[in-house]
Amino acid sequence: MNIVVCVKQVPEPTGTNRIDPKTLRITREGVDVVLDPADEFSIEAALQIQEANPGTNVVVVSMGPERALEAIRRGLAMGATKGILVSDPSLAGSDALTTAKVLAAAIKRESPDLVITATESSDAYTGMVPGGIAHYLGLPLLSYAKKLTISGGKATIERQTETGFQRVEAQLPAVVTVTGSINTPRYPALKGIMQAKKKPVDQLTAAALGFSPEQVGEKGAREKVLGWAPAEQRKAGRVIKDDGTAAAQIADFLAELKII
Amino acid sequence: MTKVWVYAELTGGQVARVSLELLTKARQLTADVTAVVLGTGASAQAATLGQYGAKRVLVHEDAAYEQFLSEPAADTIAALIEQEKPDLLLIGTTYNGRDIASRLNAQLNCGVITDGAQLSLDGVQLKVQVPWYSATTIVDVTLSGGVTRLVLIRPKSFAAEVDPNAAAPQVEQIQAQVSQQARRAVVVENVVQASEGPKLEEASVVVSGGRGLKQAENFKLLHDLASTLGGAVGASRAVVDAGWVPYSYQVGQTGKTVKPSIYMACGISGAIQHTVGMKGAKYIIAINTDPDAPIFKFADLGIVGDVLKVVPALNEEIKRRKG
Repeated sequence: MNIVVCVKQVPEPTGTNRIDPKTLRITREGVDVVLDPADEFSIEAALQIQEANPGTNVVVVSMGPERALEAIRRGLAMGATKGILVSDPSLAGSDALTTAKVLAAAIKRESPDLVITATESSDAYTGMVPGGIAHYLGLPLLSYAKKLTISGGKATIERQTETGFQRVEAQLPAVVTVTGSINTPRYPALKGIMQAKKKPVDQLTAAALGFSPEQVGEKGAREKVLGWAPAEQRKAGRVIKDDGTAAAQIADFLAELKII
Repeated sequence: MTKVWVYAELTGGQVARVSLELLTKARQLTADVTAVVLGTGASAQAATLGQYGAKRVLVHEDAAYEQFLSEPAADTIAALIEQEKPDLLLIGTTYNGRDIASRLNAQLNCGVITDGAQLSLDGVQLKVQVPWYSATTIVDVTLSGGVTRLVLIRPKSFAAEVDPNAAAPQVEQIQAQVSQQARRAVVVENVVQASEGPKLEEASVVVSGGRGLKQAENFKLLHDLASTLGGAVGASRAVVDAGWVPYSYQVGQTGKTVKPSIYMACGISGAIQHTVGMKGAKYIIAINTDPDAPIFKFADLGIVGDVLKVVPALNEEIKRRKG
């Protein structure tokens, strides 16, 4: 079986994110970047299927600058078989739709039985890429999986809903998006990190996938940022140390607000 | 006149609250508002959609919209949009809404803005305010090119208000066929994990728990307190991912947005992913052992203390005062 996992290198989610005033894009220079923590769940999900189905290839694919190779290497260190990095200056500033088109073109070359992604990236957070990939690959989309089972050529998920969950299934090949409840991602072992250095990584340009510079990147993007401002912040109120009267003080506060 | 469409999502045969919020907003933007409603019970909802602002309701009654994920709805809406070319399609940020929008985005090759919180139209010039970086920055975004613009809006961004002057909408049963191809992601079972008391999104008091509760069993303390206060129980992402409580409890960027009168954060540090879902609360009370927890920077009343002691004591105190 061939599994392709989409990953993204993002600014450290706990760091201070900034907007570049010139490009009006998320600043990616001079900030710490990591493999999107949300993608570790996707990789782990793929590796668990690989362990249950010997001979399975797990390919980690990313679109991003050259240094996104580090994010791919982390996936390889966790246990993936191979990496693909689509990197091209013309792709900078691509919107979700272009990203989906480009990733789908790269994924198609691997003849996947299963494509696994996070539900959204932790930086741009559009959540539009997985559905786009499904569309361009002509595959069904099983989304928001908190559980994933592959059996008899079929993928079955438990899909989170506003009120609980749904059991949803589709014949493979399919695209599945997974949430943080699906598993506990492994840490790469030293052996894995050493092996990752020798694992193959295909590097592809936009042209190699059949895209011209006019179609992609900022030129192809429909979304335009007009400007931005810091959000209004709430102010701190009273902070007290519990000396045994905290419960009474909260009750007083609630009474003041006529809640009780 | 600017044509604004709203995708009216059905949940359990009823129009989702967020769709009514979007209709309320849409009728402030233009007099030409159309709602699209698909699935079992769709026709019966037309009158409600009219009350909230739809002048015209496009209806397709077919169980396929509930039985299969995203594709039937995306196909039908895409065909309608290609025929009628509205200027704007508004969709609520829900699981189904996001799935359908992502497919439409690709099928129509149109622009999309996600996670919108405010929206304005100057003629056909669109401006959407989108919170970035977990709502620490508000960015103004527009879309260029294409005819129909797609905008996803977070629930509770606008009030849902009936139009007192609303006339009955024009209802049109649309001709659509759900293809075999669209019947691939099959919903085999729907499991509702009901919680007692008011719904989390609607409760005026929310008692929410995080890692500080130490173990799943201690959520019972929050349920007890919520029940005394007539409120609902919420949770941080960390404890939902840990499997302590179902996902339906989650408040935050990837969970629910709540705007209660009182939000009580118990053992929640106040990570930005969480605060985006609750900072609209009128009053925030926080209990946390860590005096440096970010939540104290914006709580109206902060208690540096152990939730496992303070919460049961508070429950007893409120019961005592209530007599």
